[in-house]
Amino acid sequence: MSDATAFVSTDAAGNPIFHDASGDHHPENGTLLGFWLYLMSDCLIFASLFAVYGVLGHSYAAGPTGADLFDLKLVAVNTSMLLLSSITYGFAMIAMQKRRVAPVQFWLAITGLFGMAFVGLELYEFHHLIHEGAGPQRSAFLSSFFALVGTHGLHVTFGIVWLVTLMAQVGKFGLTAENQRRLMCLSMFWHFLDVIWIGVFTFVYLMGVLP
Amino acid sequence: MTTVKTSCRHWLLSSMLLPLAGCNPILLNAPGDVAAQQGKLIVDSTFLMLLIIVPVIALTLLFAWRYRASNREAIYKPDWDHSTQLELIIWAAPLVIIIALGAMTWISTHTLDPYRPLDRIAANKPVPEGVKPLVIEVVALDWKWLFLYPEQNIATINEIAAPVDRPIQFKITASTVMNSFYIPALAGQIYAMPGMETQLHAVMNTAGDYEGFSANYSGAGFSGMRFRFHGLSDADFDAWVAKSRADGNTLSRADYLQLEQPSSNEAVKHYASVAPDLYKAILNRCVDTSKMCMNEMMAIDAGGKGPKHAEHGEGNEHAYDTAPPEHHHH
Amino acid sequence: MSEPSDLAKLIFGRLTWEAIPFHEPILLWTFVVVALVGGVVVGAVTKYKLWGYLWREWFTSIDHKKIGIMYIVLGLVMLLRGFTDAIMMRLQQAMAFGDNVGYLPPEHYDQIFTAHGVIMIFFVAMPLVTGFMNYVVPLQIGARDVAFPFLNNFSFWMTTSGAVLVMMSLFMGEFAKTGWLAYPPLSGIAYSPGVGVDYYIWSLQIAGIGTLLSGINLIATIVKMRAPGMTMMKMPIFTWTSLCTNVLIVAAFPVLTAVLALLALDRYTGTNFFTNDLGGNAMMYVNLIWIWGHPEVYILILPVFGIFSEVVSTFSSKRLFGYASMVYATVVITILSYLVWLHHFFTMGSGASVNSFFGITTMIISIPTGAKIFNWLFTMYHGRIRFDVPMLWTVGFMITFVIGGMTGVLLAVPPADFVLHNSLFLIAHFHNVIIGGVVFGLMAGINYWFPKAFGFRLDPVWGKRSFWFWLIGFWVAFTPLYVLGLMGVTRRVSHFQDSSLQIWFQIAAFGAVLIAIGIVCMLIQFYVSIRDRHALRDESGDPWGGRTLEWSTSSPPPAYNFAFTPIVHDNDAWHDMKQRGYERPLQGFKPIHMPKNTAAGIVLAGLSSVCGFALIWHMWLLVGLSFAAVLVAAIVHTFNYKRDFHIPADEVVRTEETRTQQLAAVHV
Repeated sequence: MSDATAFVSTDAAGNPIFHDASGDHHPENGTLLGFWLYLMSDCLIFASLFAVYGVLGHSYAAGPTGADLFDLKLVAVNTSMLLLSSITYGFAMIAMQKRRVAPVQFWLAITGLFGMAFVGLELYEFHHLIHEGAGPQRSAFLSSFFALVGTHGLHVTFGIVWLVTLMAQVGKFGLTAENQRRLMCLSMFWHFLDVIWIGVFTFVYLMGVLP
Repeated sequence: MTTVKTSCRHWLLSSMLLPLAGCNPILLNAPGDVAAQQGKLIVDSTFLMLLIIVPVIALTLLFAWRYRASNREAIYKPDWDHSTQLELIIWAAPLVIIIALGAMTWISTHTLDPYRPLDRIAANKPVPEGVKPLVIEVVALDWKWLFLYPEQNIATINEIAAPVDRPIQFKITASTVMNSFYIPALAGQIYAMPGMETQLHAVMNTAGDYEGFSANYSGAGFSGMRFRFHGLSDADFDAWVAKSRADGNTLSRADYLQLEQPSSNEAVKHYASVAPDLYKAILNRCVDTSKMCMNEMMAIDAGGKGPKHAEHGEGNEHAYDTAPPEHHHH
Repeated sequence: MSEPSDLAKLIFGRLTWEAIPFHEPILLWTFVVVALVGGVVVGAVTKYKLWGYLWREWFTSIDHKKIGIMYIVLGLVMLLRGFTDAIMMRLQQAMAFGDNVGYLPPEHYDQIFTAHGVIMIFFVAMPLVTGFMNYVVPLQIGARDVAFPFLNNFSFWMTTSGAVLVMMSLFMGEFAKTGWLAYPPLSGIAYSPGVGVDYYIWSLQIAGIGTLLSGINLIATIVKMRAPGMTMMKMPIFTWTSLCTNVLIVAAFPVLTAVLALLALDRYTGTNFFTNDLGGNAMMYVNLIWIWGHPEVYILILPVFGIFSEVVSTFSSKRLFGYASMVYATVVITILSYLVWLHHFFTMGSGASVNSFFGITTMIISIPTGAKIFNWLFTMYHGRIRFDVPMLWTVGFMITFVIGGMTGVLLAVPPADFVLHNSLFLIAHFHNVIIGGVVFGLMAGINYWFPKAFGFRLDPVWGKRSFWFWLIGFWVAFTPLYVLGLMGVTRRVSHFQDSSLQIWFQIAAFGAVLIAIGIVCMLIQFYVSIRDRHALRDESGDPWGGRTLEWSTSSPPPAYNFAFTPIVHDNDAWHDMKQRGYERPLQGFKPIHMPKNTAAGIVLAGLSSVCGFALIWHMWLLVGLSFAAVLVAAIVHTFNYKRDFHIPADEVVRTEETRTQQLAAVHV
């Protein structure tokens, strides 16, 4: 914040100075603030979807309930994929701080693989549900379930696209200041999706299966 | 309407001198007790707010004139920008008005809650001992109104009647989209929504022929979605019911499904009798008996038992395909 | 089904020749006129070889000032469309009584009132407000651009893409016939099977992305890029209201995005969020859309409150009265705007306690709003008021807006709302605050900042004519609607039986004509001002005796805004500098680091509108291709690392030298 940085507002005689002759004023960490604001707005999209699930989550339309449908073992495996991917992303960031390209790329690749496993398992689950006749059209409960979980999955998918793009950029241009900033942003995004997933896991799956 | 017509001509003439003094807009002069109280609330709240609005407008004009740049007589204090006393006043003055208005709001919202059975039929006239409200079930269709009288077992299209000074309880729903049931002379409106029931309690105090309509846009035929409300003496009401019985047919479920199809500017129609539990079936969206009623569905949901446990075995493909969604295109 | 027709379906979706309204003479003539005007504009641009100039200097520009101007141009162009809708409605309602059904069948009338609302809110008021925030905020805080200049360009083009889709609905298919908030079940596929609601959904989704990103951008700008010395409590009021507005945007628009996405899922994939069957709940849509919708009202009005604060203080030649309480009032309104949404549907049947709660929270908003009015009033008190055009709009606003505020508080009393809800009284109320507040404020803003943007003033004679026609036209058009509302007349009706009402609608139509003359006066004002630009020229950069930093630079400001970053000591920073004998630095200029123009924004937004169009018409092949293209273009753009350059010091010296000569000429 510019007003937090030291600046000279009066000259030696105590007269006010009205301009800063020293040069450029550039915001510090503007991108991170902006990205954080974006994440908060995204968080509100999820909040809306959670609210919708909260309202419709018991409107089964005489159809299957969460207890009928959810396979907690599968979801537990899936959750661990995503949690592990957050840890491996953390390793990539540690490597980045040491300015070492190869380990960064390695850990990013591992993160991406975990992410793909997560998306793959989710697609398997969706396919299974639809095959059983419990597709998103069956009831308001299932509509809101698919919307919430699907939106999260879509975010992870875009996260993977972004991650692959960043790997190409790190490979081509190295760990430049821009690329470090981008890695920071993706890191925030990735952990954010983790936090959202913990909400989904608790609120949708665990509470759905509880009697 | 003729009274409104003449009074508004009058209004037009006198508008230069006495704004709003000569006009008789129905909302401010309603013959139904509930609407009359709501109209009075409009006048009282407006008066309360004018206490602050009029001085503000007057001061705006006064300051604009007094402190015009060409008036070198006026005091000019270019750096005066704060006064604690003034700031206290400018926050406190609206606050006081809002406290008063808030109190009025809390009380009137509760006493005029449309779900609350009436305890009076007019000022200082409590509901007489033993008088039950007349129940009228209202269904907003595309684009006409169906009224069912469970007590009399008759039904009408685009016309209702009720005895003067007898409380009325409306139970309101809709067939497809959202509408709003509104008779300005009688009481405020309430939404009519498919699969849900809203309620309205009201009473008409003066015999007459009044207008009712949908106050929430509902599609192409919306403008013609109007009906008449007749406030009648007890004898006239009985005659009206007898006439309905005499010249109408039965409203069967099949008739209803026909009636439900979209149509505009429908004429008034009467039915001598109504199929049993028709309103309940409309409300639960199962007049077509092949569809599961919403209340049954909700009972199953509340039990947490899906059809997997109820009727289908494990391993059955498409185990949950019981009621595919149906869409009515028009 | 035969092979070619499947292929045709894949390519063209549900678009057929029948979707082109050849059989609608009104639309056909509109199309002819639009095509002619468009042809003339395109021809002129081609003839004078302006495409390259427009592309380089405007379309691909990341300069916040140019983007701000483009937003305002977009808003004014769309104002003409939205106002045409208004005139058509007024005309229909003035004639459609008894046997006369008017000239618009319901199918057409219903599209017009929906389009009028959507266009006026999303594509007139929003672009104008965003335009002002874009143009003014960086200048007021002493910055050289916004925090994310490329994103700013992209946001603008996304908003424009949304507007383009809405305009296309006029000539290809139809627009929604649902009212501007598209309540289901009416807007569901069962009752609105056509493309109208899909135009609605995708134009708002695409424009919404632009709005959201612009909100993020301006928050980051205000938080991070203020000049040294400008603490939060030294920010100009317009910057404060912009900050609060953008907080509202970032906190409200995601809800709109989510709710429209769910409506789209219902329509495209057969889900049951808002349907009547299988557990859907339409009331949830109404709640969610108003959780966005009510803050949206304040998104429009807060920046305009900021404009009035700047204008009233400048033209009263006096410090703003009660700066701190103005700031607190703005913040309180921002927070409270999230706690009132249910007042838009008291009649849905919530209990008395819920209704009272939301009614009372609504009334509480009038306290800080009232404090603001008093603050403006006491800014005028003991001032030296110059009645230039911006000040006229401000006084007109103060008198008009308080009436609209009063009727608004009246509508917040639930039992009163039961009789007034959805009536023409409600229509009169919100036009009273939107025209009397937002539009008047935008007009004040246009007249106030125009000389800053273009270096010459707007002609005051035509400006005053425009003002009086708008002011009188507003009251003539909407007083009858208040009266009709009290007579129990409801909104969105295209035909009436009771002919005693007709006179009121005719008066209202006459009022709309007066407003139309006001708009024409404004257009003449632009023409006359450009014609007489040399006589109206302002070389000083500070034509009104301004108080905030934007008036310290030249008009128009150089690309870099400030050769040196200003240091702020007072909340009327420029006034303070003038008072204390500030001397403009004439040497020591350095190269200035600036962002570079890029075509990425317009390309991405263009591809997005293709994707939206394809989604509307179910052209699945094109949906896939355009979506892939958006993704690829975005990724390619991220490979561009050379996004900035330096304006060389000698160019800065030249620019500042010109400014020195201009100022010398003024002082002679």
